[in-house]
Amino acid sequence: MQPNAFDDASFPYSPARALSLTVNGSAVSVTADVRTLLVQLLRDDLRLTGTHVGCDTSQCGACTVHVDGEAVKACAVLAVQAEGCAVLTIEGVATGEKLHPMQEAFREHHGLQCGFCTPGMILSAMDMVRRHGPVLDETTVRAELEGNICRCTGYHNIVTAIVAGARAMGAAPAHGVD
Amino acid sequence: MFAFTYHRPDTVTAAVDLLRAHEEAKPLAGGQTLIATLKQRLAAPSDLVDLSGLPALRAITLADGRLIIGAIARHADVEASPTVRESLPALAALAGLIGDPAVRNRGTLGGSIANNDPSADYPAACLALAATIVTDRREIAAADFFTGLFETALEPDEIVVQVSFPLGGEGAYEKFRNPASRYAMAGVFVWRGDASLGETGVRVAVTGAGQGGVFRWSEAEAALAGAFNPAALESLGLPADEMIADIHGGGAYRAHLVREMARRAVARLMAAAA
Ligand SMILES: Cc1cc2nc3c(=O)[nH]c(=O)nc-3n(C[C@H](O)[C@H](O)[C@H](O)COP(=O)(O)OP(=O)(O)OC[C@H]3O[C@@H](n4cnc5c(N)ncnc54)[C@H](O)[C@@H]3O)c2cc1C
Ligand code: FES
Ligand code: FES
Repeated sequence: MQPNAFDDASFPYSPARALSLTVNGSAVSVTADVRTLLVQLLRDDLRLTGTHVGCDTSQCGACTVHVDGEAVKACAVLAVQAEGCAVLTIEGVATGEKLHPMQEAFREHHGLQCGFCTPGMILSAMDMVRRHGPVLDETTVRAELEGNICRCTGYHNIVTAIVAGARAMGAAPAHGVD
Repeated sequence: MFAFTYHRPDTVTAAVDLLRAHEEAKPLAGGQTLIATLKQRLAAPSDLVDLSGLPALRAITLADGRLIIGAIARHADVEASPTVRESLPALAALAGLIGDPAVRNRGTLGGSIANNDPSADYPAACLALAATIVTDRREIAAADFFTGLFETALEPDEIVVQVSFPLGGEGAYEKFRNPASRYAMAGVFVWRGDASLGETGVRVAVTGAGQGGVFRWSEAEAALAGAFNPAALESLGLPADEMIADIHGGGAYRAHLVREMARRAVARLMAAAA
């Protein structure tokens, strides 16, 4: 693998380790330094750059992906911890050209401006539906968004989009490859 | 991050053997504290012993009048568990106040208490509920477990296996969150014994505020044992110079927050009883 983007080269690398997991429905086998973060594996090795790094300190939620269906901050998980797991990133959310209902709701309700936070917002929103069902009120959505920071929108349209997207998920057949 | 070797054992014995064999080894649970520490090079363990291969440690059960929660039960598990919500609703509510949903999907009870951050929530519940910390080799009363800032009674090669909470009485937790970090600026867990069973005790445990970490507020306990209502706390004050003072708030402010959170917790318990 290429040098670890978060490190300088002056420290010896840990033993490389073969690891297998499923990413967006496809089996992936790589050999990586054990210190590789899940977000580094996704972005640097697999070139899935839709998962963003806003802070690298577990605050912003831009790196949110699903591991076995649950939203996690990929900057706070080692790639080896996802060994044998199913990972879903924003690239795996749509079905071909057809947007996932949550993505469609963000488009419809202008839930994004620059789009940097959006992949994490969408994966977190899908996790809200997993835990609370498709009927979400605004208060719940606002509380649930504590770990996802947006510097553009002021959140209002994100909340509207998630409430609508959740309902659409309830009405639609299962999407994505979780 | 410094170099380390990663292990994922599938028995507690194997995990403890790994910790024994490598002096600088550390357990890895949810990683929500440890991985950030490694990234900042504030820790340099030679080996990480990932506990996620021990699914039995994630169980939540009731036995002999106690609620027993496995060390790798995640905050989200405790928050959502019907068993916890029915037997100890204040603990489920506390778990739901930790961090944010993604942190709660990974962070664990064992990791939180082993870390003993002075602003963490679970230590207050363990003290106020007189929990027992069960490790691979012994049982430790919560009162003896939390020994100071980021310090516990655990040996370097010792693993928390479960935490056992006695049932009976009622608890309530009130937390004033730092809006940025979501950790407690002051968190107060109040437990009141079941008077109909002759239990008249009150326990008040405070997190987020004390310079020495979580502590029992004995003056408040005595006042509430005399008269269980928020007014009983009115004239009490904690010494400001023993409270945490940082960019988020001074000692006097923290002392005020503690009393206010205690008052709210008492009011909540009274409302629940009415
Ligand atoms: C953005 C953010 C917000 C947070 N907000 C809060 C909050 O509001 N309140 C709060 O209480 N916490 C908060 N936390 C901390 C969170 O609860 C962590 O999950 C917790 O402190 C550590 O648990 P962990 O399972 O992630 O442990 P890890 O990070 O894996 O480990 C922490 C330490 O405990 C040791 N350890 C882990 N498990 C065991 C075990 N079973 N036996 C012995 N030693 C063990 C490890 O070796 C390590 O030293 C927050 C964290 C983040 C990132
Ligand atoms: S990059 Fe992971 S939370 Fe900000
Ligand atoms: S749309 Fe720009 S950060 Fe959210």
